[in-house]
Amino acid sequence: MPNPKRRHSKTRKNKRRTHDSLTAVNTIECPKCHEYRLPHRICPSCGYYNGREVVRIEEG
Amino acid sequence: MRHNIDHRKLGRTSEHRLALLRNQTISLIKKDRIKTTVAKAKEVRRFVEKLITLAKKDTLHARRLVAKDIQDPEALKKLFATIGPLNAQRPGGYTRIIKAGFRRGDSAEEAIIELVGREPKFEDKSKKKAKKKEKIEAAEQKEVASAKEEEKKKEVTPESSEESKQETAPAEVEEKRSTEEINKSETPSEAKDEEK
Repeated sequence: MPNPKRRHSKTRKNKRRTHDSLTAVNTIECPKCHEYRLPHRICPSCGYYNGREVVRIEEG
Repeated sequence: MRHNIDHRKLGRTSEHRLALLRNQTISLIKKDRIKTTVAKAKEVRRFVEKLITLAKKDTLHARRLVAKDIQDPEALKKLFATIGPLNAQRPGGYTRIIKAGFRRGDSAEEAIIELVGREPKFEDKSKKKAKKKEKIEAAEQKEVASAKEEEKKKEVTPESSEESKQETAPAEVEEKRSTEEINKSETPSEAKDEEK
């Protein structure tokens, strides 16, 4: 089995990980129910989009 | 080179893809709105809009062209009778795609595609709540009725074994009788409510 010849330094490890950072999901406040939701999508809590009730969200 | 080939393959062979588009188109025409993935919705949009444009002119030729793709008499009829005239003045853009979050299971992004001008109307929330209340009340009544029956069955069994448990059994029976009486007094009034 092939094995690593040399241990990677912390610097090398950290350099590799420079591109691994995550970005926060961009949420907006729903104008109808003031829950946070994804932009350009039906609000999952009230079912409204663009001031219109698109889907009926059943309570409970 | 893959120049100017601009449709999605949707991971299907050409026959499978065409069948999918036709099926979804028929469903969309019949139901006015369907929920599918965003990619499929966008492909269905291309497909449906061409057919609706044809359906604006109700000629035999147009009908035959459309009937090639919509092999469902009911959907064909609806397309030419209602959807065509509805969009007579609309220069394209007969459908609307609204993104609707991610599907549980494969996390595919879903969308609702609907025919413009045929959006569903929802009842007022107060009306819906009233209906729900009625349903709940009916369910409660059923529960009471079934509980009553169970108690009757129970009542039969303790009496037979009463002699062996004389100390505890009579009190239990009394309790059951008292609860049964309460149930009896409740049920007639609820039945009247239902009639209303």
